[in-house]
Amino acid sequence: MATDTATKTTQPSVGDYLRKNIREYGLLVALVVIMIFFQVITNGVLFRPVNITNLVLQNSFIVIMALGMLLIIVAGHIDLSVGSIVAFIGAISAIMLVKWGLPAIVVVPLCILVGAVMGAAQGYWVAYQKIPSFIVTLAGMLVFRGMTYVVLGGRPVGPFPKDFQILSTGFVPDFLSFTDPATSLIKNYFALVMVVLLVAYAIYAGLRERRLNALHETENEPFAFFAVQMLIIGAVAIFLGFQLATYRGLPNVLVVMGVLIAFYTFVTTRTTIGRRVYAMGGNEKAAKLSGINTERLTFYTFVNMGALAALAGMIIAARLNSATPKAGVGFELDVIAACFIGGASASGGVGKITGAVIGAFIMGVMNNGMSIMGIGIDYQQLIKGLVLLAAVFFDVYNKNKG
Amino acid sequence: MSKTLLEMRGITKTFPGVKALDNVNLKVREGEIHALVGENGAGKSTLMKVLSGVYPAGSYEGEIHFDGEVRRFSTISDSEHLGIIIIHQELALVPLLSIAENIFLGNEVATNGIIDWKKAFRRTQELLDKVGLKESPGTLITDIGVGKQQLVEIAKALSKKVRLLILDEPTASLNEKDSDALLKLLVEFRAQGMTSIIISHKLNEIKKVADQITILRDGGTVETLDCHNEDISEDRIIKGMVGREMEDRYPPREPKVGETLLEVKNWNVFHQHHRDRQFLHDVNFTVRAGEVVGIAGLMGAGRTETAMSLFGRSWGHKITGEVTMRGKPVDVSTIPKAIDAGLAYVTEDRKHLGLVLIDNIMHNTTLANLGGVSKGTVIDNHEEAKVASGYRQKLRIRSHSIYQETVNLSGGNQQKVVLSKWLFTNPEVLILDEPTRGIDVGAKFEIYTIINQLAAEGKGILMISSEMPELLGTCDRIYVMNEGRIVAELSKAEASQESIMRAIMRSGEKH
Repeated sequence: MATDTATKTTQPSVGDYLRKNIREYGLLVALVVIMIFFQVITNGVLFRPVNITNLVLQNSFIVIMALGMLLIIVAGHIDLSVGSIVAFIGAISAIMLVKWGLPAIVVVPLCILVGAVMGAAQGYWVAYQKIPSFIVTLAGMLVFRGMTYVVLGGRPVGPFPKDFQILSTGFVPDFLSFTDPATSLIKNYFALVMVVLLVAYAIYAGLRERRLNALHETENEPFAFFAVQMLIIGAVAIFLGFQLATYRGLPNVLVVMGVLIAFYTFVTTRTTIGRRVYAMGGNEKAAKLSGINTERLTFYTFVNMGALAALAGMIIAARLNSATPKAGVGFELDVIAACFIGGASASGGVGKITGAVIGAFIMGVMNNGMSIMGIGIDYQQLIKGLVLLAAVFFDVYNKNKG
Repeated sequence: MSKTLLEMRGITKTFPGVKALDNVNLKVREGEIHALVGENGAGKSTLMKVLSGVYPAGSYEGEIHFDGEVRRFSTISDSEHLGIIIIHQELALVPLLSIAENIFLGNEVATNGIIDWKKAFRRTQELLDKVGLKESPGTLITDIGVGKQQLVEIAKALSKKVRLLILDEPTASLNEKDSDALLKLLVEFRAQGMTSIIISHKLNEIKKVADQITILRDGGTVETLDCHNEDISEDRIIKGMVGREMEDRYPPREPKVGETLLEVKNWNVFHQHHRDRQFLHDVNFTVRAGEVVGIAGLMGAGRTETAMSLFGRSWGHKITGEVTMRGKPVDVSTIPKAIDAGLAYVTEDRKHLGLVLIDNIMHNTTLANLGGVSKGTVIDNHEEAKVASGYRQKLRIRSHSIYQETVNLSGGNQQKVVLSKWLFTNPEVLILDEPTRGIDVGAKFEIYTIINQLAAEGKGILMISSEMPELLGTCDRIYVMNEGRIVAELSKAEASQESIMRAIMRSGEKH
């Protein structure tokens, strides 16, 4: 029989910690390596201010949908309908704005509500009627695509009014014009200051958390990891912020995306709702017998997904400046791939928001970098497929070894 | 003396950081039933994995002699080829295939890939006759009970020309009748000259059938006892397993019984799936403060169904009846309401129903009462860690830390995590369903001690168990259930294995 010493908490060694968290660090390293690779191979085009702005605009909707998809996948489900929701919301927003002339301030919340209802319509069958989500959302994918054709009558509708377009093509104005933007290198001081302040806050909050953890004898990651991670993320963020500041500043979409990422990270790591979703995905029966209303929770993860897909749908419509029946075709696959590259498990219960976001950016940087290199869409698809497989293989390999 | 069929010599197997087996020796004679016993984590399963080639030759030190030759197995099929067949505790049958399909799975009666069903069915029938299973070869596995499934596994082993049959906890999920039948079958096989190794926690069964008993403790061989030379008592075996004399397998307790906490009246429940079949009939019982109340009965008597239907209607349908707590009627129609009413239910199946195995001890501990470590919906990490550490120490959960995943814990420690979870909801009455199933003697003692502490704190305990000695050793009062009815209520003085069995048998005659 073991002695009492076996019940004492031990801090993990650096090696153990690395082994346990190799996936997360590996992902971050992979993103940085991919960025540097394309920066070099494209002779510095990747990190040009215009291109960074483009990168953000092109990927924001994938990232936003990945936030909802991650919750769905962690809960043990899948949602194939998001591409069609994107198209349908684009279509009805166009009808309301262009044909009916409603103001954007009314249309945006209304569309998010409609997206939530579309999610609810699917969540009902999954949660309460126990129909596999793959089937329900496959049906949803077809139904919503069909509805889009009906609404648009098969023709694109556009262009959108200016106040709607700023949702996706606008920039946060410079509140701190120190110098004349026409002559100065830095065109938008606000962007730079905000990024520096955010990095400073992240470091402060991280240190504070570590101190509290030490005080309560909670597990801490080794300081070296914390420092290196902060250094890399901080350096990349400030560099990107600087580049953006020399162009037009922070895109509105980036701000929306940043706020959502922060919100969902908080929800998944610190709230009871997030914890319950993970528990449900890990073992639904045990979660239910622990008093968790698993039906309602499943239902709301789909409602949430619908709302986020609606937001993405509007961003895409605004960016293309027209609603087309073919919008968002195949997006569900990019979104799902982002989650799996980011370390989510297909069997549920495992996955992180940060992982899904990094996964989305890995795909985004690769898309963008390969486009700059002039690689055709055919090879792009092929390479992306292999990256997805490699990332998941890495997971499985690690799990079997560990 | 018959010749030695299997000898494992000086087996040492290390995993990163742990020595799972340390110089283990095992010698099995041809034509005997050899029992392998030891606490969980003693190394029994690891030893069998070494033997069967799950851990290939080269990944361990030591030698395996089988049938007089040194053998080096690199895969399971190598050992199966020689007739070493393991039947695992978790049965490896495909539920939606028929008995015949399962028996010949991977070993189909076929020429050029085309299955000869006639021949397969005929051979299946022969095998089923041998194991005494009266089912048609075409019956689906999902339609037969666990006891019969176990027999199918044995028939499957026989189809492979077995020389050495290894059974890992074969009776763990069987009721007494099925267990007896299975043991009888093993004895019959022995008479025909077959050799078997049986791994079991049920010492009374081992005593009944084993010729020799090898005891493992902490990865090493303690001793091998010959059951024919001396009369070996259960206490003698336990002494070897735990390394000390276990005077009392049940810690003593002075019951201080208080007011009635839980009272259930006229509880009627219909079957979950067969919706027109009434499963529980007018069940009445009470649990008082500081009292440990047992429910005895055979498998299928309705004990688990009583508990689960009571706990937020997690089982059954058309549930009627009255539930009161401290004399006041309470609503237990959903699980959150049942928890609020002061009930907690520790399931019989901790892996599938009790724990989120991929999650850590801390998260499992707080799962049923997240509100207790949160402000609004935001979880207080530090408070949560404090709570989890507290239970880890109080219940002596052996682990690196509260961040260890529960999948890596031993059965006893997993059970303690489930108990922590429910204790943190601060219940008045705990329903424990088979709380010591599949856990070793030492951990059982600890669980009993925890039960006693809870009773001393004034909680009511309702304990369901298939092990009668356990009920007799821990309970103040025992209800006996049979066929969905409570058929007897026995005080501690009245209760004995005989009186319980008599109550069951008598009630069976009435219907």
